[in-house]
Amino acid sequence: MTLELISFIVLAFVAIATAVGMLVSRNAIYSALFLVLNFITVAVFYLFLGAPFIAMAQVTVYAGAIMVLFLFVIMLLGAESIAGEFNLRKAIFPGSLALILAAESAYLLITRARPAGAIVPPDAAANTVTNLRDLGSALFSQYLLPFEVTSILLLVAMVGAIVLIQREKRVP
Amino acid sequence: MIPINYYIVLSAVLFTMGVVGVLVRRNALIIFMSIELMLNAANLAIVAFARAQEITANKPLFEGQIFVFFVIAVAAAEVAVGLALIVEIFKSKRSIDVDQMSSLKG
Repeated sequence: MTLELISFIVLAFVAIATAVGMLVSRNAIYSALFLVLNFITVAVFYLFLGAPFIAMAQVTVYAGAIMVLFLFVIMLLGAESIAGEFNLRKAIFPGSLALILAAESAYLLITRARPAGAIVPPDAAANTVTNLRDLGSALFSQYLLPFEVTSILLLVAMVGAIVLIQREKRVP
Repeated sequence: MIPINYYIVLSAVLFTMGVVGVLVRRNALIIFMSIELMLNAANLAIVAFARAQEITANKPLFEGQIFVFFVIAVAAAEVAVGLALIVEIFKSKRSIDVDQMSSLKG
């Protein structure tokens, strides 16, 4: 076992354990914090895969912005443990559906997955500035149109959120 | 040397957990977080495949990473609108239990 493999297994364990923690926590704040840890673990996987930019975007956007928004809403609603109580009888049917999904994906992975295709951990060159510069120039030349469309999408989402949250004006 | 299969298995496990969360939990916020978990699992699979492609082509390729970047941006937009909707639902129903949102039931 190489060092990469050992660290991959440890990190995978952390990722799965935090996902389970998110699912079973009764308190929504604990769920959110478990999810933050999960996102950061996935960011480390991105570093393994030679995608430092995506790893940083993951930490700032997901673990930073999105989860802070979640925590704000949980605390705003005082929804730490409102409802959503786990009901075993109601969970049997969806739980069995999910088990079928898990079994099927496991079957497909075992029978169909390609045996080869080892992922080499990135060498030093993959994490240098050149990589980021190339990615940036690709983003702003070849993929400029999708980039601009994304900005429109974000603007629309922002306007939509403000309109939804706004109090209705009382008509005299 | 980590086989790409390991990443795909991890991604599948995380995705299935997201599905379990959506199906089993009744708190709308937890369901929303499970959706984020599923998006994240899909992103991990995309980056792993992109890396495998890079190794096959033996030159840096950015398509996969740029696609994941857009997915993250769309997820941010989705969270803003979704949380606004959840706050509105809480204001009118005083609850975020999805079992109680049955006003449209015929």
